[in-house]
Amino acid sequence: MSQSFDEITAQLKRRHRRSARLKHMSMGALILAAAFLFIFIGDMLVKGLPAFQQAQIQVEVSYTEQASQIPPAAVGEDVRGLVSRGYLRLIPGRMRDNPELLGTTRMEWVLADSSVDQYLKGHEDALRGSEARVVERLIEGGRAELRFNTTFFTNGDSKMPELAGIASAAVGTVMTLIVTMLVCFPVGVMTAVYLEEFAPDNRLTQLIEININNLAAVPSILFGLLGLAIYINFFGVPRSSPLVGGLTLALMTLPVIIITTRSALRSIPDGIRQAAFGVGCSRWQVVRDHVLPLSLPGILTGSIIGMAQAMGETAPLIIVGMVAFIPDVGGSFTDAATVMPAQIFTWAGEPDRAFVEKTAGGILVLLAVLISLNATAVWLRKKFERRW
Amino acid sequence: MSTNLIYLLFCGALLMLGLVAFFLARGKATRTRASGAAMFAQPDQYAWFSVLATAGPAILAGALGAFVMLLLGAEIPVAYLLTASVVIAAIGLFVGLMQVRPDFHARQAIEKVIRLALATAALMSIVTTFGILLSIVSEAIRFFQMQSLWDFITGTTWSPGDSFLASAGRAGEGSGGAQFGSVPLFAGTFLISLIAMLVAIPVGLLAAIYMAEFAPPKVRDLAKPVLEVLAGIPTVVYGFFAAITIAPIIVDVAGFFGLDASYNNALAPGVVMGIMIIPFISSLSDDVINAVPDSMREGSLALGMTKSETIRSVVLPASMPGIISASLLAVSRALGETMIVVMAAGMRPNLTANPLEDMTTVTVRIVAALTGDQEFASAETLSAFALGLVLFVVTLILNMVSVLMIRRFRDKYRTNTL
Repeated sequence: MSQSFDEITAQLKRRHRRSARLKHMSMGALILAAAFLFIFIGDMLVKGLPAFQQAQIQVEVSYTEQASQIPPAAVGEDVRGLVSRGYLRLIPGRMRDNPELLGTTRMEWVLADSSVDQYLKGHEDALRGSEARVVERLIEGGRAELRFNTTFFTNGDSKMPELAGIASAAVGTVMTLIVTMLVCFPVGVMTAVYLEEFAPDNRLTQLIEININNLAAVPSILFGLLGLAIYINFFGVPRSSPLVGGLTLALMTLPVIIITTRSALRSIPDGIRQAAFGVGCSRWQVVRDHVLPLSLPGILTGSIIGMAQAMGETAPLIIVGMVAFIPDVGGSFTDAATVMPAQIFTWAGEPDRAFVEKTAGGILVLLAVLISLNATAVWLRKKFERRW
Repeated sequence: MSTNLIYLLFCGALLMLGLVAFFLARGKATRTRASGAAMFAQPDQYAWFSVLATAGPAILAGALGAFVMLLLGAEIPVAYLLTASVVIAAIGLFVGLMQVRPDFHARQAIEKVIRLALATAALMSIVTTFGILLSIVSEAIRFFQMQSLWDFITGTTWSPGDSFLASAGRAGEGSGGAQFGSVPLFAGTFLISLIAMLVAIPVGLLAAIYMAEFAPPKVRDLAKPVLEVLAGIPTVVYGFFAAITIAPIIVDVAGFFGLDASYNNALAPGVVMGIMIIPFISSLSDDVINAVPDSMREGSLALGMTKSETIRSVVLPASMPGIISASLLAVSRALGETMIVVMAAGMRPNLTANPLEDMTTVTVRIVAALTGDQEFASAETLSAFALGLVLFVVTLILNMVSVLMIRRFRDKYRTNTL
């Protein structure tokens, strides 16, 4: 008897050990998932933060007659390869605008070439031989330093890394999202209101419901194929434009908005509807005056989440041609444009190492915007959440 | 006159007519009521009905005209079309005002119009699905007119490189012809998805078990947002991470063990895709596990089972349909995932089971076919639609099965939270 009791005790210990093992394993899985996130964000910070700084060097710029013809002649021979070609290109224009510059020579802080930039950031192999010696001399004289990179936020895309920026992509993203929002917010909310408040429970309604769930799970790239075949080839919407991109994303975001709006509408207790019906409201009056205002925070939260999702989407936009090279900030909904994720994709494909930094910098900006959007959504939900 | 100005004028005219309709109808209704007649609706409702009667038909006519123009290719000058619809608006205004009578149910009429508008919006989702199907199927049919369906399904060589020569009427100049055998593409897709699932399902499921069964509320409140952030990271960012950070690590590790790995190996996109899918599986499974009634857990614990035994032999079997459903949805996402593989997997169709080699996927070829400088009617461009069709069908089946399984789970436990 006592032996079997011991056995049972031993068995019990084993069983509890096994129980603890499951607990630790599952905790490990969660920690692993969190670790992935931190490794990932850490990696992006290490790679991307240098993009917010850019090397500038102080050189002697002489505004001579010759310089207005051949811009490189404005700077000394030894630093000619170290100054950004993009800066040199601007010299004739500046001389035209300010004629008094002609014949003067002044010390100026100018944008350095990306190789100097990389050299200053610790990639010693970016420069060789005499150029490296010149830069060393500049550094010793305090004439080369890293400064905050405003170009990154004010310029469009460029083939020269030191001039490449996210401005045109950011504007493109905003314009595309405006189109998306204008289409999918009204249609999505209307669909959700119809399904929750008006629709009779018949075959057609069920078909629509199955359809929406399905659309939510269709791979995003297929929406790109639809955009290409229907919008561009059939309706003749201009390729690469925010209009076609926005319309494509709208179809993709629609299910998200419908599903979240429906759950927001469902969380309104029936008592409120019945009270309104009781005083003689028609169905539309009930929805307009009671259900919609009460569920508005939920609907907004869902829309913000849907927008954040659309903002990060790339694949369908590549298919409709939004990976174009856009150096200037666009102004119209039908001009070619690019969006942030597509810009990241383009830069990721550039062989120059300086672009790795730009890519990661763009990613950091995009992530910051997305995380703050999602945080706003969570905050809205917390603030207006009501338990009935 | 520029087109924009015409549109502006049109909108202005419509707005004016709407305002006129509103105030005239309200005035008339107020007067009628003041004269002592009992009316079916409020003056404001008559007013809104008149606005609807003015703007509705006019906008419909404009849209219809634009649609006819596109479909039939008939050229109707924009100015004429919009003038016509303004005339229709004026007629609508007149009719709307005529209807301001004591025996007219303005409120019910508004109700009907709104109901119709809402139902039309709801039909958009069906139109979208049909749009996808129609666009993909019609182009895929064009592709299969050029290439045989059998070769597409069973062929093991995918080399569309020469198809542009064929479309330029110079077939035979290149080496051989274009070949569209999709087997290597699907093999690559399935291998990468399999790697992703091997990462995502165990980690995601265990994380869900921890959050639902073990975690104190504080940890839960902390872990949920972390997973949500992981889910909110754009795929293009994951792709960059896979290509720049993970792939070189894998090459180094493989080199340490004396193995030869490509920088475009299938392992990097697979693992990163798995990380991307973890929050997806964990949040769905978390919901399902929470939906299992507590009475079942309590019954099991009352019989003297330990917590892990309860989870393993009661909670998990009960929530299995939901977990399988989540996993199927995850598979469908992995199959259709584009950016990670475009950036981190290779371009070369390669039929192999070695995850350290480079291989390509269906979505990569779709992107490659449509971003090249081919004309639209070439076989390579159209092949994207054939591949898209297969992708659509496969994901559709996976989603359907997943929906059926979750419905069975829901019916069994009568829960409405899923």
